[in-house]
Amino acid sequence: MKTVTFTIDGKIVRADKGQTILKAAEAAGIYIPRLCACKDLVPHGSCRVCSVRVNGRIQASCVQTAAEGAIVESETDELREYRRNIIDMLFVEGNHFCMFCEKSGFCELQALAYRFGITAPKYRLLYPKRDIDLSHPEVYLDHNRCILCGRCVRASQDLDRKNVFQFVERGCRKRLQVNGEALSDTDLRAADQAVSACPVGALMRKRVGYAVPVGRRPYDEVPIGRDIEKKGEE
Amino acid sequence: MAAKPRIATVSLAGCFGCHMSLLDLDERILKLAELVEFDRSPINDYKDFRARCAVGVVEGGCCTEENVHVLERFRKQCDLLVSIGECAISGGIPAMRNNIPLRECLEEAYLKSPGVYNPGGVIPNDPEIPLLLHRLYPCHEVVKIDLFIPGCPPPADAIWDALVSLLAGRPAAPAYDRLKYD
Ligand code: SF4
Ligand code: SF4
Repeated sequence: MKTVTFTIDGKIVRADKGQTILKAAEAAGIYIPRLCACKDLVPHGSCRVCSVRVNGRIQASCVQTAAEGAIVESETDELREYRRNIIDMLFVEGNHFCMFCEKSGFCELQALAYRFGITAPKYRLLYPKRDIDLSHPEVYLDHNRCILCGRCVRASQDLDRKNVFQFVERGCRKRLQVNGEALSDTDLRAADQAVSACPVGALMRKRVGYAVPVGRRPYDEVPIGRDIEKKGEE
Repeated sequence: MAAKPRIATVSLAGCFGCHMSLLDLDERILKLAELVEFDRSPINDYKDFRARCAVGVVEGGCCTEENVHVLERFRKQCDLLVSIGECAISGGIPAMRNNIPLRECLEEAYLKSPGVYNPGGVIPNDPEIPLLLHRLYPCHEVVKIDLFIPGCPPPADAIWDALVSLLAGRPAAPAYDRLKYD
């Protein structure tokens, strides 16, 4: 296989031809924060948390392929600020009550906010009115926590071959819709990849929450992305 | 010896959990008492300020008109104001009413909910009762806040670290494992 060589923040990185910058960085032990990107799913480039500068231009590293000689910047003050602002906006435009959320400690949005050291919202909290769909016997969908990452949409289509979820409307009215009157009308099952793909507490299995004590959850002690960075240190 | 810096604390629309976490400092509370002089606080039950304070610690957001007045008074009386806990910072549980009209909340609480006995159908409206705001406001949307200690409640260690560094004049970012939203 042909390879290309490029740099990320001055570090030389080799990638297979056609590999994305995000994947190549990961293989080299460099963590680029991301939310809508997820292992086994076709990248989507929608959350923009993985933005980097490629030869001076801002690109989503989950969809941008690595090119020979490219100069990629990732950990700059500017990009850190952009990423942080996106995380901040995702918090204020939903209703995130982490204190009783079953995803707390496992949540990728919360973990990113911890990693960025966010102690308070930078923008005004919007407190939108959103619904919760409890109709399904095994799974619930809490739109208050949905960040519209599309991971369930892609997982349901590409991995489960079911097509349970779709986005409807645009801009600030964009929302996740299920393929039926309610979740119980769909053929969604708790074991579906769509359910485990959700990075936040929006799409959740019922009756399994709070099983791991505080202090022993994945992001209690270890920041998100540390596993990737560790590979780089070995 | 120079006078000790004064510290004031208050719980607005909170549950006193953050104050409990402050007590959770265990024997370090004695050290804290060596470092600072407690002014207005539920800990000593002083109802008003005795002097200007170096630090004001605010738990809970603003849910009533009285909360706003107290918060404004804290801002005037304290050099540095610290928002402590999720309710002060992002509204917390009391903010769950923020997307429900106030009238609906009151009708649910006093007229409609199961078990309510209210034959006159009166929603309490005595001038003695603090007037509810139409929604809850996090503290930093009402006055300027200098430091935030998140958590529900924040771990005692997070409070300790923040207060000690603040009193030493070098406010520090919280350690990773002490930054919590739950
Ligand atoms: S989904 Fe994540 S950020 Fe939102 S309330 Fe749950 S734990 Fe917090
Ligand atoms: S339900 Fe979860 S996976 Fe689906 S779009 Fe919302 S946040 Fe993403």
